[in-house]
Amino acid sequence: MALQYKPTRMELSNLKKRRTVAIRGHKMMKDKRDELVRRFIGLARKNKALRLEMEKKLGEAMQGFVLARAMMSGTEIEEALMYPARAISVDMRKQNILSIPVPKLTLDTQDGFVYPYGFATTGADLDGAVQALAEILPLMLELAEVEKATSRLADEIEKTRRRVNALEYVMIPQFDAAIHDIQMKLEENERGNTSRLMKTKEMLAKEA
Amino acid sequence: MANGKCAVIGDRDSVLLFKAVGIEVYDVTDGEQANRTLHRLARTGYAVVYVTETYYPACDETIREFQGEPYPAIIPIPDASGTQGIGMRAIRENVEKAVGLDILSNS
Repeated sequence: MALQYKPTRMELSNLKKRRTVAIRGHKMMKDKRDELVRRFIGLARKNKALRLEMEKKLGEAMQGFVLARAMMSGTEIEEALMYPARAISVDMRKQNILSIPVPKLTLDTQDGFVYPYGFATTGADLDGAVQALAEILPLMLELAEVEKATSRLADEIEKTRRRVNALEYVMIPQFDAAIHDIQMKLEENERGNTSRLMKTKEMLAKEA
Repeated sequence: MANGKCAVIGDRDSVLLFKAVGIEVYDVTDGEQANRTLHRLARTGYAVVYVTETYYPACDETIREFQGEPYPAIIPIPDASGTQGIGMRAIRENVEKAVGLDILSNS
């Protein structure tokens, strides 16, 4: 959509002001984008490392659980696990990365880990699997935090980049074109005026 | 601030173990059910919801709905049959979205 404007001095000065604002905004957006990308790359690397670690360890814990299931009967397993353990609670905070709210999670540490079942009917494999899972909980929380932050940053970077591009390739060129256009029209009017004055002067001189 | 809860959504065999460490477990049998459960949990102030990779694609709708919010974090985890690389793909998609190309693949 092209800009709508009338060729007046008022409009010209308004457009010039808007152009300055657009240029300043563009510069700031660009800085924001660069900083976001810088932080994002660090986070994404961390995210990848954490995920690899988590997938490996969780896989091991689950493997242990599969073994435990094989050793015990289905009902015994159900019986041992259906009783709810003390629910973990997580401290939910928000932290800002360049004013983007991202989660900050900390596990409320409890005094030691307790098996939620008796040892009489359960095998050692189950203990091992549960223990392993309890150990990777902090890792899983950290992964959740980092992964959410990464995805929010990715969204924000995309948005900021669109804004930068819109300003750089659409808004600012439009302002430039409009300003140029108005200046040309004003100059043309000025020339028209001058020649009219010269003509009138000539006619007056002839009459006298 | 507020104390949040964690939940796991997945098939019974994979998620039963999480019960022993005090994470809430919701076992589901199909993607539709997983999506509904996730949506309900996401609205009621959970901090983190882990979804097994088998059901993660089915929950796409809810995941996108809550992408713009800081909470909950919806995180794919491998299930009992091992990882399918869905979590890694999500990371790669993020990187591509932000930087324009995948710069982490060979590092």
